[in-house]
Amino acid sequence: MNPVNYLYLSALLFTIGASGVLIRRNAIVLFMCVELMLNASNLALVTFSRMHGTLDGQIIAFFTMVVAAAEVVVGLAIIVSIFRTRHSASVDDSNLMKL
Amino acid sequence: MNSLIPLLVAAPLAGAVLLLLGGRALDRYGHWLATALAALPFGLGLALLSDMLGRDAEHRTLTKYLFTWIQVDGFRADMAFRLDQLSMTFVLLITGVGTLIHVYSVGYMAHDERRRRFFAYLNLFLAAMLLLVLADNYLLLYFGWEGVGLASYLLIGFWQHKPSAATAAKKAFIVNRVGDMGLSIAIMLMFAEFGSFAFGPVFAGAPGASEGKLTAIGLMLLLAACGKSAQVPLQSWLGDAMEGPTPVSALIHAATMVTAGVYLITRSSAIFDLAPDAQTAVVVVGTVTLLFGAIVGCAKDDIKKALAGSTMSQIGYMVLAAGLGPIGYVFAIMHLVTHGFFKAGLFLGAGSVMHGMDDEVNMRHYGGLRKYMPVTFATFGLGYLAIIGFPGLSGFFSKDKIIEAAFAKGGTEGWILGLCALVGAAVTAFYMTRVMLLTFFGEKRWKSDAEGNAPHPHESPKIMTLPMVLLAFGSVFAGGLFAYNESFLKWLEPVTGYSEGDSPLTATVVTALTTVCMLAGVGLAYLMYGRSPVPVVPPVGSPLTRAARRDLLQDDFNHAVLVRPGRALTATLVFFDSRGLDGFVNGLAAAIGGLSGRLRRIQNGFVRSYALSMFGGTLVLVATTLLMRSV
Repeated sequence: MNPVNYLYLSALLFTIGASGVLIRRNAIVLFMCVELMLNASNLALVTFSRMHGTLDGQIIAFFTMVVAAAEVVVGLAIIVSIFRTRHSASVDDSNLMKL
Repeated sequence: MNSLIPLLVAAPLAGAVLLLLGGRALDRYGHWLATALAALPFGLGLALLSDMLGRDAEHRTLTKYLFTWIQVDGFRADMAFRLDQLSMTFVLLITGVGTLIHVYSVGYMAHDERRRRFFAYLNLFLAAMLLLVLADNYLLLYFGWEGVGLASYLLIGFWQHKPSAATAAKKAFIVNRVGDMGLSIAIMLMFAEFGSFAFGPVFAGAPGASEGKLTAIGLMLLLAACGKSAQVPLQSWLGDAMEGPTPVSALIHAATMVTAGVYLITRSSAIFDLAPDAQTAVVVVGTVTLLFGAIVGCAKDDIKKALAGSTMSQIGYMVLAAGLGPIGYVFAIMHLVTHGFFKAGLFLGAGSVMHGMDDEVNMRHYGGLRKYMPVTFATFGLGYLAIIGFPGLSGFFSKDKIIEAAFAKGGTEGWILGLCALVGAAVTAFYMTRVMLLTFFGEKRWKSDAEGNAPHPHESPKIMTLPMVLLAFGSVFAGGLFAYNESFLKWLEPVTGYSEGDSPLTATVVTALTTVCMLAGVGLAYLMYGRSPVPVVPPVGSPLTRAARRDLLQDDFNHAVLVRPGRALTATLVFFDSRGLDGFVNGLAAAIGGLSGRLRRIQNGFVRSYALSMFGGTLVLVATTLLMRSV
């Protein structure tokens, strides 16, 4: 199978993730979209690794997974605590970071 | 003996430091401490004098090197003192008259809350003046010179709660700065020319220098002397300086401050003798000032300001004599010393009158005080006779010699100077007689004020009259003592040099002329003020009188020529500064502020909009990278 097809899939997933981040308000969905973007880039990295016959891409994909796992832990904790105080998971309600 | 010299300066300086730092603990006896520390250098001075008299005229100069003050490559200034006959004369005058003024001030300032501070400043004044006359190089002299300026500022503005006193102090300080600039330039010129500013190398090198350079140095020294000695054109501070307490006026006019200019010119005789043009300038300044001060003195109704005009005029005589060269140096100093006695006496007398008259200074409100203040009347009267040059008293011997020396200059110049000096003598007699008649003779003219408090003229306490009596002795006998056997001439000649000059008139004729002029002045004053009651409200007077009441328009002149253009320049600079420079800077700041206000709206707090800008930014970066690759 032509590896370029994987790249198309990766681009598609990334676009879905990016538009999800920009469009959706629910923090959990936002989070899932971020994960989608990370995994899309992982897919691209692994495909390139396969195409070039080296292991660099795969190793970076592992790093990304580790970072993503850590990010999920911290991020979910933040979302839970925001939900507890505000009774809402909408990111538009947390707009205190402005002058 | 020479190790005693630094003590002369150190004693009053220690007094000033102790009194200023000692705090309230010294309030009770601080003034006596200050007086003792002023009297101590007088005692030391007498000891040094007896030592000096025991040696030959050639070996009388003592020097004392303390330490090197500044040393940078070839530039070297020592903390070194020189005591010769000239310095010795000044030391005795400064400390002697200064001590008497200290004693007088104990009584005069008895009710002032800040008396301790006053005495500290008096001591500082003496220390600075002693440093000035004892310095062995011009830089150290300059140090003392500035110290005198500082002390005069502090003392003239001592009653700083009065705006007029504060202004007068600032005026004295600023006008003196102009003169100080002259002295500093002169020192720089000396260093450039001789590679040193110590007296020895400068005087030794003077004959080898070009006349142009010596003239430049001489003119700058003259500017310095004009500032300190209140000579035209830097005379305007002296009248206003009367705002200070009266003992300060006595100190400034008799012992310290105004004598510094005459000292500077006499000390620099080696330079002036080789620069005839500078000497001419000195003579012109002296002559103009002696007439200027005398005319101002005639019109003033304020007793202290009349005396201030008189000082200006008498210092004019000294500067004139100093400008005559070796003919006059000795007589300049001789007049300085006798003037120190009688002017201090006159000022202390004026202070005593004010003390008894509730600080009234207007002579038109005095009158007939001789019955109420006999001691003040007697001492003031003797000072008066001395200053007008009454035969036999101090002023007669010294002023007469100066007039003689002016004629001895020779040629047309000699005649002009001599006649001006004679006119000055007549005018001196006129204004001093006027002061005398208005104050002590005639009807009593004082009235009660709005609350019905009439002054009760009374004699001052003994502590004030005693110094006046001692100074009166000096006014009577000092001149005769100096003239007897030409003792003062022989004393100073080794330092300043002396030449007879070439007088077209004999000494007897000059003396006769001076006496006639003096009697004419006294007679005219008697006709004008002695025979008819003096009006309490001053008459309008002639244009000259009106101008003289305004100090011959000196302030108006300074205002028109210096202050107004200066202000215009400042206003222009301020305009350019606020509109040009500030306008640019402020405009830039406003523009950036406005821009920031707009940019701030981007920060709306919505997470997704931040995400959008990050996304957009990434897109731009990627697009740019791709574009750059394809190019």
